[in-house]
Amino acid sequence: MTGLESLFAAKEIVVFCGSGGVGKTSVAAAAALGATARLGGKVLVLTIDPARRLADALGLEGIGNVERRVPPEAFLAAGLEPRGECYAAMLDTKQSWDALVMRHAPDEETAYRILDNRLYHNLTARFVQSHDYIAMERLFEIHETGRYDLIVIDTPPTRNALDFFDAPSRMADFFSGRLLRWLTMPYRMGGRRGARVLNMASRPFYQMADRLLGSQFLQDIAEFFLNFQAMYDGFVERARAVERLLHDKRTTFAVVTTLEESPLREGELFCEELVKRRFHLGALVLNKVLPPYLLSVEGDQAATTLCTRAADLGGALAAMGVDALADPNRDARVLVTMGESFRNFSVVARRESELRSELVGGSEVVVDVPAFTSDIADVEGLARVAAFLFPA
Amino acid sequence: MRAPDLLGRRLLFFTGKGGVGKSTVAAATALLAADHGRRVLVVEVDAKGSIAERFEADAVGFTPREVHPGVFVLSMDTEASLKEYLKLNLRVPIVGRIGPLGKALEFVATAAPGVKEVLTIGKVCWEVRESIEGRADWDLVVVDAAATGHVIAQLGAPDAIREMVSVGPVRAQTEWMTDLLVDPAVTALNVVATPEEMPVAETIELVERAREELDVPFGAVIVNRVLPELFTHADEAAFEAFHEPAPEAVLREAAGAGVSAVLDGARLAVSLRRTRAVHLSWLRESVDLPMLYVPYLFSRSHGLRETRMVAEALGEELGL
Repeated sequence: MTGLESLFAAKEIVVFCGSGGVGKTSVAAAAALGATARLGGKVLVLTIDPARRLADALGLEGIGNVERRVPPEAFLAAGLEPRGECYAAMLDTKQSWDALVMRHAPDEETAYRILDNRLYHNLTARFVQSHDYIAMERLFEIHETGRYDLIVIDTPPTRNALDFFDAPSRMADFFSGRLLRWLTMPYRMGGRRGARVLNMASRPFYQMADRLLGSQFLQDIAEFFLNFQAMYDGFVERARAVERLLHDKRTTFAVVTTLEESPLREGELFCEELVKRRFHLGALVLNKVLPPYLLSVEGDQAATTLCTRAADLGGALAAMGVDALADPNRDARVLVTMGESFRNFSVVARRESELRSELVGGSEVVVDVPAFTSDIADVEGLARVAAFLFPA
Repeated sequence: MRAPDLLGRRLLFFTGKGGVGKSTVAAATALLAADHGRRVLVVEVDAKGSIAERFEADAVGFTPREVHPGVFVLSMDTEASLKEYLKLNLRVPIVGRIGPLGKALEFVATAAPGVKEVLTIGKVCWEVRESIEGRADWDLVVVDAAATGHVIAQLGAPDAIREMVSVGPVRAQTEWMTDLLVDPAVTALNVVATPEEMPVAETIELVERAREELDVPFGAVIVNRVLPELFTHADEAAFEAFHEPAPEAVLREAAGAGVSAVLDGARLAVSLRRTRAVHLSWLRESVDLPMLYVPYLFSRSHGLRETRMVAEALGEELGL
């Protein structure tokens, strides 16, 4: 089994997606580390919202779109021999949007008018889909520089899988939409005089919007979009380019899930949507899988025996002359606890294995990463995950 | 800290990081309330259909449907909410004739974030107000709200709208919503977390931010999937001694080769619990809210049975 190795060797961009709480960030970071150690070259992991300790471990301090090298010593300390260089960066949504405006605005004055607009502020800070888009936009920007052989990106938690895949095309549609022209029309035509020549189709819309929201607000919106329209061509072209890159042969998607019912269902939905939209589905990573020994028949038998024969086994253990085992009742109690705990966990392990057998694939590569008892919070932890993603 | 009187409120929000069991806890709270004679409306905000699933019922739309005795579910649909709002509040009679209402709404909502949120919150508040004033008969409205990252925008939507819209009926219409949302006799915001690093970190951050940016009163933090403590200190010493060659031989003789799997399994359970204990104490130290604990359920399946087990655990924690 090659795990992710041949996939990673053939691609330039790997996008990790999956529902919240499945360990996507850790898996993406571990994959980048593993690729650096195994394949070499310059590898970047672009992460969205890492846990504090993980960010520290990767050498990421504070926020901002800065790419930092993961110190080679950290690799060595974790028992990995890096063949290449590994970099990490976090996504700063606001900063990325501002940079985008600065790039596409026809002049500085327009740029600042947009940056100062409170609708712009709301759009970039609160509009959830804007995170999806800007992550892909940033990926495009970094890829375009050609600085890295491989870029691994973690995706923002989306409420809906579709939102994420459609983000670039939605952005393009949004700025080229008829409604945008509609809404800004009276203002483009010059205030009151223009309003009079509105066509019949759009009149009810204005009347209602005006009644609901007041004309001041409508004017704010229009002003914002008129300014935005100046960068319309560049922006739409860019969104289309981002979309092309995601569909490119050099890009692949890896879906991360746990073997729990709802994340798995969402993971399968991700896979389905990827295939339907003709993205390349490269791998499915099953994370936090319980160890297979919990499924063993011998284990189950032993657990039952330990529970039913706890009293006489407790007596036998107490008679062995070991201090910690001197109390037969305690020994019996511990045996029962162990047996019951085993059976509890094996219920969950069986449920997992059942879900796995029902898994409707789509991905040729399926990799298991076991549940670790400690948190994945440092390079050593990532190295342990990487060992499963890139088995020897 | 005294158990909060959650079932005595009219409006309960549940938020939490993705994957912590927010919907299960919201469904279980509704079930618990129904068991105590309340007529409950559960509002599902992200329309994933997961609340109905917790009751093993078919997916529900914008019209509330009873999925279990005393528990009604409504799945949020912002377009339907807007139509209802226009009809009820502004007496706009021509709703059917306003051509591409959906697209227009999507556009305005996209252009002015807060519109979608206010349509959601507005519907929720409207159901609460109607029942307080005796025109609807919900004793309790439970909201399976947005995840931690988005819930502040959701609950703060009425304020945000007022900031942007300086006149008009929409502005006036948001004021009564805020009045309901900040009333501690009516509303409580609850956060669901698991004892893991990110859920705990997000809970702490959310509580801090919500206190800064919103006046919505808190109810409780529900700590979900708490693993059992297997051994006392002395028990653990015995457990360690089982690993010595002689005692292990005794166990193996009696129970076969599977003993090592059982020992490993217990070790796994102990370490998992220990790792989580660190996060749990961090949560306890950082958040001064009542905590309700729901044990990890070693259950075969999801559905009504699991919802009931969580409801029982919550009932015990609430002293019901």
